[in-house]
Formats: sequence, structure tokens, C-alpha cells
Amino acid sequence: MHMPLEDTLDLNLLTANQHQAEHNHQHFQGWDLLCLNLMSSPGAGKTALLERSLPALAADLRVAVLEGDMTTLLDAERLEAVSIPVVPITTGRSCHLDAAMVSGGLKLLEQRLDPSGLDLLLVENVGNLVCPAEFEVGEHHKVALLSVTEGDDKPLKYPLMFRQADVVLITKVDLLPHLPVDLAAIRRNILSINPNATVIEVSALTGEGIHSWHHWVQQALAARKQPVPALATA
Amino acid sequence: MHEVDMTKCLLISLNEWRDRQAQPTAMVETVHLDVGRFTCVEPNQLVTTYNAAVQGSWLDGSELTITEIPFVGRCVACNASYNPVPESAYRSPCCDHPLKEIVSGRELRIRSIDYRTDARAALESGQIQRTR
Repeated sequence: MHMPLEDTLDLNLLTANQHQAEHNHQHFQGWDLLCLNLMSSPGAGKTALLERSLPALAADLRVAVLEGDMTTLLDAERLEAVSIPVVPITTGRSCHLDAAMVSGGLKLLEQRLDPSGLDLLLVENVGNLVCPAEFEVGEHHKVALLSVTEGDDKPLKYPLMFRQADVVLITKVDLLPHLPVDLAAIRRNILSINPNATVIEVSALTGEGIHSWHHWVQQALAARKQPVPALATA
Repeated sequence: MHEVDMTKCLLISLNEWRDRQAQPTAMVETVHLDVGRFTCVEPNQLVTTYNAAVQGSWLDGSELTITEIPFVGRCVACNASYNPVPESAYRSPCCDHPLKEIVSGRELRIRSIDYRTDARAALESGQIQRTR
């Protein structure tokens, strides 16, 4: 006898990833550290930013990095050179970090040090402006980078990334004198899609704006000591 | 190819659903998804990936149907609903206000499952499992 039935699930498609992300988040809370997820297109300057930022941040804070890369250890090796604990996560063919990969990275991190001694964990995602925005890894905040060489239309072409970001760093501003790019248009487009975003212009080369970015990190750390809102689920 | 990872997440949820059923050999006919237009999911690719992923599994032969949910924002200046578009930088056409509030479009939801629990389905499902 044929008995067609319907079962209403009303479940988020990414429930499996979300559960793992919440598990990671609970670890971060237990370790009393701030986790930031850095995302951008390839070559926007995530690793260069970290090379510039890490020595300065490490003067006041205990910092570690989870370094996502598709196949190589090149970025991790660059960051090891600044004497900060770095755990590489090679994602194979996957174009983003997911919560399970970050969980694996956390286990490796625990083999090297006690994470409860950290203040700040930076996750450098795979260079990609599309899917990292959709996969939570348990982070407290999403940080998006957009270099001035990419053009002012990128926030419009990849709106989800810039909508999801809590802070957007406009990188490589030292190149502005050489480019026909409208910085005001970049800023306006970011704030049109995400009026809540904090937008900071930086240059890892000259150090311009880096202090403002570090100030934002310090504020986020201070805010984390307050009661933390639940992880976004939408 | 994030649709592959999304399909993996979907299959984990469907396996968990199966494990909760009193009839362990329930045959799934259709899985209904709601996918918002303001997500990074391409519905056709998700269907293709799903069809490939379920081959030889207990979900072989099931169909994935996707209902697309429109991207709708609300202008916080005048409270009007609108469809944000890149040509106007996702701002409201009424007041040229930034996209503050999203009403819909971010859905990634497994809405429901159509399935059978009849004896024939159980037998067929059992045969599929034995022969694969």
C-alpha cells in the first residue's frame, strides 16, 4: 500500500556545519579568547596584513593563527617567520574553511600550546569572496579585506561577503596615487550593502591605518569580556 | 564548489532524519529546500551535486526540489519593502537608504521530506541496500 507522507523538518541546510561551529565557539568561550575570521579574494593582502599586525599585536596580546590554504604551506611559512604560533590547515580542493576543518586545526593547536593562555586567535580563510561568507567556523567576528586594486564594484558583485563582515579593511591604500580607483565609491558601496560595517583603510606596506585596525581588535577584545551574543544562525 | 559541502551537510541532516524514523527503510521521494536569492547557492548546481551524491545510497532515486525565495529588504526610512539590486547598490529605491534590514533571501532551509513507508518501499529499499 502506497502511503505518501510528508515530514516538515524546517532545518537550516547547514545545520551540520552550524553544530560544529557552535562547538568551536564554546571552546573559544571556554578558553576566553577572541576569534576573528579573515576573508578576502586571493591576493587582497590577508597574509601581508598579518605579517604587519602580528608583531605589534603580540606586544600586548598572546596570539595564534589558523592558516587556511588550499594546497600549500607558503602562507604558514611566511607567518612562522614572525614567531607567532601558526597551525596550517590545507583544505585540499575545498574553497573555504568549514567548522570541521577549524576544529581539526584547534586539535593541532592544542598539541602545541594551551589555548586558554591565548587572547586572540586569527583564522585566515582561503582566498575567496563567495563561500567563506556562508560557512561559520565559530568566530566572534568576520573581517573582510578588499584591496584598492580590485575595484570599487566588488562589494556590489560579492554582496554577501561584505554584508556578513563586521569590519571591512580596504587594503593597499598606498597604491591609490597610481590607480584610477575611487576610494569614496568603495566605501559607499560597502556601507550601502552593510551600513553596520566598520570600514578601515590600511596599508600593510607603509603601516597607514594599521593602528586603527589594532584599535578595533582591542575594542572587540574588550567587548568580548561583556556578555557575548549568540552565534548568528540566519 | 561549495555546493558539494552544502550537499554533505544536507546528507548528514537526512541521515539523522532517517535514524530517527520508526521505519528504518523509509523511501524518500522528494526533499524540498527553500533557498534564498541572497545566498551563495546556485540551485541547479545543488541539484546536480545532490543527484551525483545520492547514487548508490538509500536516497538513490529521490528528487531534490528547490523553491527560490526572493531577496527583499525593508527601507528603514519609510518602511517600504523592495528588491535590492546591485545597480542601485542594494539601496532602497524610495529613499536611497542603505540595506539595513533584510526581510527574506537568506533562507537555506530543508523544508520538508516526502517519503513512503509501505512494505513494497521497504522491500525495494532493502534490495537496493543488499545489491549495492
